[in-house]
Amino acid sequence: MVKAKGTTTQAYKLWMALTGLFLCVFLVIHVLGNLQLFLPAEEARIQFNWYSQLLSNNIIIKVISYVLYLSIIAHVIYAIILSLKKQKANGVKYAYDQRGAVSPWYSRNMGVLGTIIFLFLIVHLKDFWYQYKFTELPLDAQGQKDLYTIVISAYQELWYVILYEVGLLALGFHLLHGFFSAIRTLGLYHPKYVKLAKWVAWAYTLVITLGFMAMPIYVYLSN
Amino acid sequence: MKLNLKIWRQENASEKGRLVDYQLDGVTTHMSFLEMMDMLNQQLIEKGERTIEFDHDCREGICGQCGMMINGRAHGPLANTTTCQLHMRSFKDGETIYVEPFRSSAFTVLRDLKVDRGSFDRIIQAGGFISAATGQAPEANSIPIAHETAEAAFDAAACIGCGACVATCKNSSAALFTAAKVVHLAILPQGKLETAKRVDAMVQQMDAEGFGHCSNTEACEVECPQGISVLHIARFNFLYHQSRLMSKT
Repeated sequence: MVKAKGTTTQAYKLWMALTGLFLCVFLVIHVLGNLQLFLPAEEARIQFNWYSQLLSNNIIIKVISYVLYLSIIAHVIYAIILSLKKQKANGVKYAYDQRGAVSPWYSRNMGVLGTIIFLFLIVHLKDFWYQYKFTELPLDAQGQKDLYTIVISAYQELWYVILYEVGLLALGFHLLHGFFSAIRTLGLYHPKYVKLAKWVAWAYTLVITLGFMAMPIYVYLSN
Repeated sequence: MKLNLKIWRQENASEKGRLVDYQLDGVTTHMSFLEMMDMLNQQLIEKGERTIEFDHDCREGICGQCGMMINGRAHGPLANTTTCQLHMRSFKDGETIYVEPFRSSAFTVLRDLKVDRGSFDRIIQAGGFISAATGQAPEANSIPIAHETAEAAFDAAACIGCGACVATCKNSSAALFTAAKVVHLAILPQGKLETAKRVDAMVQQMDAEGFGHCSNTEACEVECPQGISVLHIARFNFLYHQSRLMSKT
């Protein structure tokens, strides 16, 4: 039997799907936690700061967070490997190319969308995650780090809100194809459940994306 | 009708090719795309030029030989149609038509629009068969197969191996072709027994030939002359993971 050099593209795809779906689960937790931002200001401050502290002190959450960092890194590295393989597989380019007419644009541009999300993630982690973990923050009335104030003040700037909306829109389209594609890669082939999976992918994407997109806008308008 | 053609000309596999302009007058809407190409070739012969080489055989849409990238689409602007079944009524008078070979590093352009799809044959050779002793055909009713199962196997077996799936795929993936061959055998009692070995061997060969990965854009199903469903790819993925999870090595 001829052996392909190294890991097969099928195996890479499986890891892309598994890490991607894990990140999808994380987004559900993230959007649910962030819903606390919609509470009345003073209540939101106490709730949100309590929740942040709970997450950063819990050992189980800590373990999961390391899996999360690893998943992001693996997802990016495997995407780069597959993208390089794809370049090689494509060979000579078509002089006139209209192949895009038969597939949705976002399904063909997962790499571009992923890159936008990655850049967005750097800004996002630097402004909140890094600040919370590695810098001295003012404390609230309960003596907890006041992440709420950091979040609220960040979204006072219109350009920053726009930056978030663009990043989240990219995330939305990435999820719209990614969620469904991951399930396909895992091997769900029964027509009945495939239909259900497509429906779930749409519902999931709408809830997550619109949920996140509403947050910066709400904070900007209500302050 | 009158056409402006921009056709890919290439001497051989090692030389670089380029698009060459041709004008063709007197084309009728009833002609198939290949007949239009024949007409152009006739004119080239009369001028003493080398004809444009392209693959074709049955011209009935069932052999899988013909295949060109026409106006940037595999087998032209219609969905689920072979190049030979594409007719000139799908084009307008005075239109400019780009004609290029199916491209992928696993498909070598031998000359002009003629492509070597031997990589597909080697994927089949790796495992697209059953190891049954040959001999006389066995009694047809000795292995009961439900009608739905037989139909499903035929749906997969309908793949004619034209390569449009690879040509239209943004990753040059042979997933639809390989999946069709794997699923065709996996759902029949004769082929089921060797599924794990077969899937693994065919995936290895697919990668060794240099085809890309499948990112589920589903473009292949649209361009496939047989309309092979992308759900075969899902089942192929399932069978591959199953083979890896259950493998003893």
